[in-house]
Amino acid sequence: MTFNLTVSPSFPNERISDWYIFNTWLQRALGLPIHLELYDSFGAQRAAIGEGKVDMIYANPFDASLLVREKGFRAVVQPEGQPDEMLIIAAAEGPSSAMTALRPGTRLACSDDPCVNTVGRILLEPANLDAGNTIEHRRETYIQVAREVLRGEADIGFLPVDAFNALSSIVRRDLQVLVTSQLHVIRHVFLVGPALHERANEITALLASMHETEKGRGILEALGARRWQAVQREDVEFMIDIISTLTQ
Amino acid sequence: MDPAQVSGKTSEHVLTYADGSRRRVFVTLVETPYPHGKLIVSRTDTLGNITQCNPSFVEMSGYTEAEIIGQPHCILRHPDMPAAAFRDLWDTVKAGRQWNGYVKNLRKDGGHYWVYATVVPNIRDGQIVGFTSVRREPSREKVIAAEVQYRSLS
Repeated sequence: MTFNLTVSPSFPNERISDWYIFNTWLQRALGLPIHLELYDSFGAQRAAIGEGKVDMIYANPFDASLLVREKGFRAVVQPEGQPDEMLIIAAAEGPSSAMTALRPGTRLACSDDPCVNTVGRILLEPANLDAGNTIEHRRETYIQVAREVLRGEADIGFLPVDAFNALSSIVRRDLQVLVTSQLHVIRHVFLVGPALHERANEITALLASMHETEKGRGILEALGARRWQAVQREDVEFMIDIISTLTQ
Repeated sequence: MDPAQVSGKTSEHVLTYADGSRRRVFVTLVETPYPHGKLIVSRTDTLGNITQCNPSFVEMSGYTEAEIIGQPHCILRHPDMPAAAFRDLWDTVKAGRQWNGYVKNLRKDGGHYWVYATVVPNIRDGQIVGFTSVRREPSREKVIAAEVQYRSLS
Protein backbone atom coordinates (compact mmCIF):
# COMPACT_ATOMS: atom_id res chain seq x y z
CA MET A 1 0.00 0.00 0.00
CA THR A 2 1.27 3.45 -0.90
CA PHE A 3 0.60 6.22 1.60
CA ASN A 4 -0.14 9.78 0.54
CA LEU A 5 1.64 12.80 1.97
CA THR A 6 0.62 16.37 1.30
CA VAL A 7 1.63 19.82 2.47
CA SER A 8 -0.52 22.86 3.20
CA PRO A 9 -0.36 25.05 0.05
CA SER A 10 0.84 28.00 2.15
CA PHE A 11 4.55 27.24 1.60
CA PRO A 12 6.60 29.25 -0.93
CA ASN A 13 6.85 27.82 -4.48
CA GLU A 14 10.62 27.65 -4.34
CA ARG A 15 10.33 24.97 -1.68
CA ILE A 16 8.45 22.48 -3.87
CA SER A 17 11.60 20.48 -4.69
CA ASP A 18 12.61 20.52 -1.01
CA TRP A 19 9.37 18.82 -0.04
CA TYR A 20 10.08 16.11 -2.64
CA ILE A 21 13.51 15.63 -1.09
CA PHE A 22 11.88 15.43 2.36
CA ASN A 23 9.49 12.79 1.06
CA THR A 24 12.34 10.71 -0.36
CA TRP A 25 14.14 10.89 2.99
CA LEU A 26 10.96 9.95 4.86
CA GLN A 27 10.23 6.96 2.61
CA ARG A 28 13.73 5.58 3.09
CA ALA A 29 13.76 6.17 6.84
CA LEU A 30 10.39 4.51 7.38
CA GLY A 31 10.74 1.86 4.69
CA LEU A 32 7.31 2.83 3.41
CA PRO A 33 6.14 3.76 -0.09
CA ILE A 34 4.92 7.37 0.22
CA HIS A 35 3.55 9.47 -2.62
CA LEU A 36 3.83 13.25 -2.24
CA GLU A 37 0.89 15.12 -3.73
CA LEU A 38 1.02 18.90 -3.68
CA TYR A 39 -2.21 20.75 -4.31
CA ASP A 40 -2.51 24.17 -5.95
CA SER A 41 -5.18 25.41 -3.59
CA PHE A 42 -6.60 24.87 -0.13
CA GLY A 43 -9.91 23.91 -1.72
CA ALA A 44 -8.33 21.13 -3.80
CA GLN A 45 -6.47 19.86 -0.76
CA ARG A 46 -9.62 19.84 1.38
CA ALA A 47 -11.42 17.90 -1.34
CA ALA A 48 -8.64 15.30 -1.30
CA ILE A 49 -8.89 15.07 2.49
CA GLY A 50 -12.64 14.61 2.21
CA GLU A 51 -12.09 11.76 -0.25
CA GLY A 52 -9.69 10.02 2.12
CA LYS A 53 -6.70 10.55 -0.17
CA VAL A 54 -4.39 11.91 2.56
CA ASP A 55 -2.50 9.78 5.10
CA MET A 56 0.12 12.29 6.25
CA ILE A 57 0.00 16.06 6.08
CA TYR A 58 1.91 19.13 7.11
CA ALA A 59 -1.20 21.17 7.84
CA ASN A 60 -2.05 24.74 8.67
CA PRO A 61 -3.73 25.13 12.09
CA PHE A 62 -7.25 25.40 10.72
CA ASP A 63 -7.03 22.26 8.61
CA ALA A 64 -5.35 20.52 11.55
CA SER A 65 -8.48 21.21 13.61
CA LEU A 66 -10.67 19.55 11.02
CA LEU A 67 -8.31 16.60 10.64
CA VAL A 68 -7.98 15.91 14.36
CA ARG A 69 -11.59 16.46 15.42
CA GLU A 70 -13.37 15.04 12.37
CA LYS A 71 -10.98 12.72 10.56
CA GLY A 72 -9.15 10.98 13.39
CA PHE A 73 -5.72 12.37 12.52
CA ARG A 74 -3.04 12.56 15.20
CA ALA A 75 -0.56 15.44 15.47
CA VAL A 76 2.99 14.16 15.89
CA VAL A 77 5.41 17.08 15.48
CA GLN A 78 5.58 20.80 14.78
CA PRO A 79 8.49 22.95 13.64
CA GLU A 80 10.40 24.71 16.37
CA GLY A 81 10.24 28.47 16.16
CA GLN A 82 7.79 31.21 15.50
CA PRO A 83 4.05 30.53 15.43
CA ASP A 84 1.92 31.42 12.41
CA GLU A 85 1.15 35.13 12.18
CA MET A 86 -0.34 37.29 9.44
CA LEU A 87 -0.53 40.95 8.52
CA ILE A 88 -2.71 43.43 6.69
CA ILE A 89 -0.97 45.46 4.02
CA ALA A 90 -1.85 48.61 2.13
CA ALA A 91 -0.02 50.60 -0.53
CA ALA A 92 2.66 52.83 1.00
CA GLU A 93 1.27 55.86 -0.80
CA GLY A 94 -2.34 54.78 -0.67
CA PRO A 95 -5.24 56.35 1.21
CA SER A 96 -5.41 53.57 3.83
CA SER A 97 -2.75 54.64 6.30
CA ALA A 98 -4.27 53.13 9.44
CA MET A 99 -6.87 50.56 10.41
CA THR A 100 -9.09 53.33 11.73
CA ALA A 101 -9.10 54.95 8.28
CA LEU A 102 -10.75 51.91 6.70
CA ARG A 103 -14.40 52.37 5.78
CA PRO A 104 -17.29 50.21 4.53
CA GLY A 105 -16.68 49.37 0.89
CA THR A 106 -13.00 48.58 1.52
CA ARG A 107 -11.65 46.29 -1.21
CA LEU A 108 -9.51 43.51 0.21
CA ALA A 109 -7.33 41.06 -1.66
CA CYS A 110 -6.68 37.65 -0.17
CA SER A 111 -5.76 34.10 -1.09
CA ASP A 112 -7.87 31.08 -0.15
CA ASP A 113 -5.71 30.40 2.94
CA PRO A 114 -8.35 29.76 5.64
CA CYS A 115 -5.98 30.56 8.47
CA VAL A 116 -4.83 33.91 7.13
CA ASN A 117 -8.32 34.92 6.09
CA THR A 118 -9.91 34.09 9.45
CA VAL A 119 -7.30 35.99 11.42
CA GLY A 120 -7.41 38.86 8.91
CA ARG A 121 -11.16 39.16 9.37
CA ILE A 122 -10.69 39.29 13.15
CA LEU A 123 -8.18 42.10 12.78
CA LEU A 124 -10.77 44.04 10.77
CA GLU A 125 -13.44 43.77 13.48
CA PRO A 126 -12.27 46.83 15.46
CA ALA A 127 -12.83 48.87 12.27
CA ASN A 128 -16.40 47.47 12.05
CA LEU A 129 -15.58 45.73 8.78
CA ASP A 130 -16.90 42.30 7.94
CA ALA A 131 -17.85 40.19 4.95
CA GLY A 132 -21.04 42.21 4.55
CA ASN A 133 -19.44 45.61 4.05
CA THR A 134 -16.16 44.77 2.30
CA ILE A 135 -15.44 43.65 -1.24
CA GLU A 136 -13.26 40.55 -1.29
CA HIS A 137 -10.97 39.77 -4.23
CA ARG A 138 -9.79 36.15 -4.07
CA ARG A 139 -6.42 35.57 -5.72
CA GLU A 140 -4.49 32.37 -6.27
CA THR A 141 -1.17 33.39 -4.76
CA TYR A 142 0.17 35.72 -2.11
CA ILE A 143 2.19 37.54 -4.78
CA GLN A 144 -1.01 38.29 -6.66
CA VAL A 145 -2.47 39.68 -3.43
CA ALA A 146 0.49 42.04 -3.01
CA ARG A 147 0.35 43.03 -6.68
CA GLU A 148 -3.33 43.91 -6.48
CA VAL A 149 -2.68 46.21 -3.52
CA LEU A 150 0.28 47.83 -5.26
CA ARG A 151 -1.81 48.52 -8.36
CA GLY A 152 -4.54 50.14 -6.31
CA GLU A 153 -7.06 47.48 -7.33
CA ALA A 154 -7.48 46.57 -3.65
CA ASP A 155 -7.21 48.87 -0.61
CA ILE A 156 -5.76 46.22 1.69
CA GLY A 157 -4.45 42.67 1.48
CA PHE A 158 -4.05 39.68 3.82
CA LEU A 159 -0.66 37.94 3.86
CA PRO A 160 1.16 35.50 6.13
CA VAL A 161 4.18 37.17 7.72
CA ASP A 162 6.47 34.67 5.97
CA ALA A 163 5.01 35.50 2.56
CA PHE A 164 5.40 39.23 3.19
CA ASN A 165 9.02 38.76 4.23
CA ALA A 166 9.62 36.70 1.08
CA LEU A 167 8.58 39.62 -1.15
CA SER A 168 11.43 41.56 -2.75
CA SER A 169 12.66 44.61 -0.88
CA ILE A 170 11.43 46.79 -3.75
CA VAL A 171 7.89 45.46 -3.42
CA ARG A 172 7.94 45.72 0.37
CA ARG A 173 9.14 49.33 0.11
CA ASP A 174 5.95 50.22 -1.77
CA LEU A 175 3.75 48.56 0.83
CA GLN A 176 2.93 49.42 4.41
CA VAL A 177 1.83 47.11 7.20
CA LEU A 178 -1.32 48.33 8.92
CA VAL A 179 -1.37 45.65 11.61
CA THR A 180 0.40 42.39 12.40
CA SER A 181 -1.24 39.62 14.38
CA GLN A 182 0.45 38.57 17.62
CA LEU A 183 -1.56 35.51 18.45
CA HIS A 184 1.41 33.37 19.54
CA VAL A 185 -0.80 30.31 19.89
CA ILE A 186 -1.42 28.73 16.50
CA ARG A 187 1.06 26.96 14.24
CA HIS A 188 1.42 24.36 11.49
CA VAL A 189 1.61 20.73 12.60
CA PHE A 190 2.55 17.42 11.00
CA LEU A 191 -0.25 14.87 11.30
CA VAL A 192 -0.73 11.21 10.50
CA GLY A 193 -4.05 9.66 9.58
CA PRO A 194 -5.72 6.56 11.01
CA ALA A 195 -3.93 4.22 8.54
CA LEU A 196 -0.62 5.18 10.15
CA HIS A 197 -1.62 5.36 13.83
CA GLU A 198 0.27 2.18 14.58
CA ARG A 199 3.46 3.85 13.46
CA ALA A 200 2.76 7.29 14.95
CA ASN A 201 5.29 6.91 17.78
CA GLU A 202 7.94 5.74 15.34
CA ILE A 203 7.24 8.69 13.02
CA THR A 204 7.39 11.11 15.96
CA ALA A 205 10.76 9.77 17.10
CA LEU A 206 12.12 9.79 13.57
CA LEU A 207 11.12 13.39 12.84
CA ALA A 208 12.06 14.70 16.29
CA SER A 209 15.61 13.39 15.78
CA MET A 210 15.87 14.42 12.12
CA HIS A 211 18.11 17.40 12.94
CA GLU A 212 20.69 15.12 14.53
CA THR A 213 22.11 14.02 11.17
CA GLU A 214 23.77 16.30 8.66
CA LYS A 215 21.46 15.19 5.88
CA GLY A 216 18.34 15.64 8.01
CA ARG A 217 19.53 19.07 9.14
CA GLY A 218 20.11 20.12 5.55
CA ILE A 219 16.61 19.10 4.49
CA LEU A 220 15.08 20.93 7.45
CA GLU A 221 17.03 24.09 6.70
CA ALA A 222 15.87 23.99 3.09
CA LEU A 223 12.29 23.82 4.38
CA GLY A 224 12.90 26.83 6.63
CA ALA A 225 12.97 24.93 9.92
CA ARG A 226 15.64 24.06 12.48
CA ARG A 227 14.05 20.95 13.96
CA TRP A 228 10.77 19.22 14.61
CA GLN A 229 9.38 19.13 18.13
CA ALA A 230 7.14 16.34 19.36
CA VAL A 231 3.69 17.62 20.29
CA GLN A 232 1.50 16.38 23.08
CA ARG A 233 -2.12 15.62 22.35
CA GLU A 234 -3.27 18.25 24.85
CA ASP A 235 -1.17 20.97 23.16
CA VAL A 236 -3.00 20.35 19.92
CA GLU A 237 -6.39 20.05 21.60
CA PHE A 238 -5.78 23.43 23.26
CA MET A 239 -4.85 24.98 19.90
CA ILE A 240 -8.01 23.55 18.39
CA ASP A 241 -10.11 25.00 21.24
CA ILE A 242 -8.58 28.39 20.53
CA ILE A 243 -9.23 28.07 16.80
CA SER A 244 -12.86 27.18 17.51
CA THR A 245 -13.23 30.56 19.24
CA LEU A 246 -11.92 32.29 16.12
CA THR A 247 -14.15 30.60 13.62
CA GLN A 248 -17.57 31.19 15.19
CA MET B 1 -8.11 44.23 46.15
CA ASP B 2 -5.36 46.36 47.58
CA PRO B 3 -6.34 50.08 47.49
CA ALA B 4 -2.64 50.95 47.67
CA GLN B 5 -2.31 49.57 44.12
CA VAL B 6 -4.91 52.02 42.83
CA SER B 7 -4.04 55.61 42.11
CA GLY B 8 -6.13 58.62 41.21
CA LYS B 9 -9.80 59.21 41.85
CA THR B 10 -11.50 55.95 42.79
CA SER B 11 -14.90 54.62 43.70
CA GLU B 12 -15.39 51.68 46.06
CA HIS B 13 -17.68 48.75 45.27
CA VAL B 14 -18.48 45.42 46.88
CA LEU B 15 -19.00 42.58 44.40
CA THR B 16 -21.01 39.50 45.33
CA TYR B 17 -20.10 36.41 43.34
CA ALA B 18 -22.31 33.48 42.39
CA ASP B 19 -20.98 31.39 45.30
CA GLY B 20 -21.97 34.11 47.78
CA SER B 21 -18.42 35.32 48.42
CA ARG B 22 -17.73 39.04 48.39
CA ARG B 23 -14.87 41.22 47.22
CA ARG B 24 -14.24 44.91 47.79
CA VAL B 25 -12.83 46.63 44.70
CA PHE B 26 -11.60 50.13 43.90
CA VAL B 27 -12.30 51.44 40.45
CA THR B 28 -10.97 54.33 38.39
CA LEU B 29 -12.25 55.65 35.07
CA VAL B 30 -8.97 54.92 33.28
CA GLU B 31 -9.31 52.67 30.23
CA THR B 32 -6.32 50.78 28.86
CA PRO B 33 -6.62 50.49 25.06
CA TYR B 34 -6.68 46.96 23.67
CA PRO B 35 -3.35 46.23 21.92
CA HIS B 36 -3.92 45.86 18.16
CA GLY B 37 -3.41 42.40 16.70
CA LYS B 38 -3.22 40.53 19.99
CA LEU B 39 -5.31 37.79 21.52
CA ILE B 40 -5.73 37.44 25.26
CA VAL B 41 -5.91 33.75 26.14
CA SER B 42 -6.51 31.96 29.42
CA ARG B 43 -7.71 28.60 30.67
CA THR B 44 -9.50 27.69 33.85
CA ASP B 45 -10.38 24.46 35.60
CA THR B 46 -14.03 23.48 35.89
CA LEU B 47 -14.36 25.70 38.98
CA GLY B 48 -13.19 28.79 37.11
CA ASN B 49 -9.71 28.98 38.64
CA ILE B 50 -7.06 30.20 36.20
CA THR B 51 -4.60 27.46 35.23
CA GLN B 52 -2.85 29.06 32.25
CA CYS B 53 -2.61 32.47 30.60
CA ASN B 54 -0.61 34.09 27.84
CA PRO B 55 1.62 37.20 28.06
CA SER B 56 -1.16 39.45 26.68
CA PHE B 57 -3.42 38.37 29.54
CA VAL B 58 -0.74 39.26 32.07
CA GLU B 59 0.02 42.59 30.41
CA MET B 60 -3.61 43.71 30.24
CA SER B 61 -4.62 42.50 33.71
CA GLY B 62 -1.83 44.40 35.45
CA TYR B 63 -1.02 41.38 37.63
CA THR B 64 2.03 39.17 37.38
CA GLU B 65 1.58 35.64 36.11
CA ALA B 66 2.40 34.30 39.57
CA GLU B 67 -0.37 36.44 41.06
CA ILE B 68 -2.90 35.27 38.46
CA ILE B 69 -2.41 31.50 38.33
CA GLY B 70 -4.76 29.74 40.74
CA GLN B 71 -7.00 32.79 41.18
CA PRO B 72 -10.70 32.63 40.29
CA HIS B 73 -11.39 34.19 36.92
CA CYS B 74 -13.79 36.63 38.58
CA ILE B 75 -10.73 38.52 39.83
CA LEU B 76 -11.20 40.44 36.55
CA ARG B 77 -14.84 41.23 37.15
CA HIS B 78 -15.68 44.89 36.87
CA PRO B 79 -18.61 46.27 38.92
CA ASP B 80 -20.17 47.73 35.76
CA MET B 81 -20.69 44.19 34.40
CA PRO B 82 -24.15 42.84 35.26
CA ALA B 83 -24.22 39.55 37.13
CA ALA B 84 -26.70 38.25 34.54
CA ALA B 85 -24.00 38.31 31.85
CA PHE B 86 -21.73 35.99 33.84
CA ARG B 87 -24.64 33.76 34.81
CA ASP B 88 -25.42 33.36 31.13
CA LEU B 89 -21.75 32.70 30.39
CA TRP B 90 -21.42 29.91 32.93
CA ASP B 91 -24.80 28.36 32.14
CA THR B 92 -23.81 28.26 28.45
CA VAL B 93 -20.33 26.79 28.75
CA LYS B 94 -21.26 24.29 31.46
CA ALA B 95 -23.90 23.03 29.03
CA GLY B 96 -21.06 22.35 26.58
CA ARG B 97 -21.69 25.31 24.31
CA GLN B 98 -19.67 28.36 23.26
CA TRP B 99 -20.40 31.79 24.74
CA ASN B 100 -19.39 35.15 23.39
CA GLY B 101 -19.99 38.73 24.35
CA TYR B 102 -18.48 42.10 25.14
CA VAL B 103 -16.86 42.30 28.57
CA LYS B 104 -15.44 45.15 30.62
CA ASN B 105 -12.58 43.72 32.67
CA LEU B 106 -11.10 45.14 35.87
CA ARG B 107 -7.35 45.65 36.08
CA LYS B 108 -5.25 45.35 39.20
CA ASP B 109 -4.76 49.14 39.16
CA GLY B 110 -8.52 49.78 39.21
CA GLY B 111 -8.67 50.68 35.52
CA HIS B 112 -10.42 48.63 32.88
CA TYR B 113 -10.21 47.29 29.33
CA TRP B 114 -12.93 46.12 26.96
CA VAL B 115 -12.75 42.86 25.04
CA TYR B 116 -14.86 40.72 22.78
CA ALA B 117 -14.66 37.40 24.62
CA THR B 118 -15.36 33.88 23.46
CA VAL B 119 -15.39 31.05 25.99
CA VAL B 120 -15.43 27.38 25.03
CA PRO B 121 -15.58 24.26 27.16
CA ASN B 122 -12.51 22.00 26.85
CA ILE B 123 -14.12 18.66 26.10
CA ARG B 124 -11.85 15.62 26.34
CA ASP B 125 -13.23 12.12 25.87
CA GLY B 126 -16.72 13.51 26.25
CA GLN B 127 -16.04 15.27 29.57
CA ILE B 128 -15.66 19.00 30.28
CA VAL B 129 -12.22 19.33 31.87
CA GLY B 130 -11.97 23.12 31.88
CA PHE B 131 -12.67 26.25 29.88
CA THR B 132 -10.67 28.36 27.43
CA SER B 133 -11.34 32.05 27.00
CA VAL B 134 -10.03 34.01 24.04
CA ARG B 135 -10.50 37.78 23.88
CA ARG B 136 -9.97 40.04 20.94
CA GLU B 137 -10.19 43.74 20.19
CA PRO B 138 -13.78 45.02 20.01
CA SER B 139 -14.99 47.87 17.84
CA ARG B 140 -15.72 51.11 19.66
CA GLU B 141 -19.31 51.13 18.44
CA LYS B 142 -19.95 47.69 19.90
CA VAL B 143 -18.42 48.75 23.22
CA ILE B 144 -20.69 51.79 23.41
CA ALA B 145 -23.72 49.62 22.66
CA ALA B 146 -22.65 47.11 25.35
CA GLU B 147 -22.20 49.91 27.91
CA VAL B 148 -25.75 51.09 27.30
CA GLN B 149 -27.13 47.55 27.51
CA TYR B 150 -25.23 46.64 30.68
CA ARG B 151 -26.25 49.87 32.39
CA SER B 152 -29.88 48.91 31.83
CA LEU B 153 -29.26 45.47 33.36
CA SER B 154 -27.31 46.59 36.43
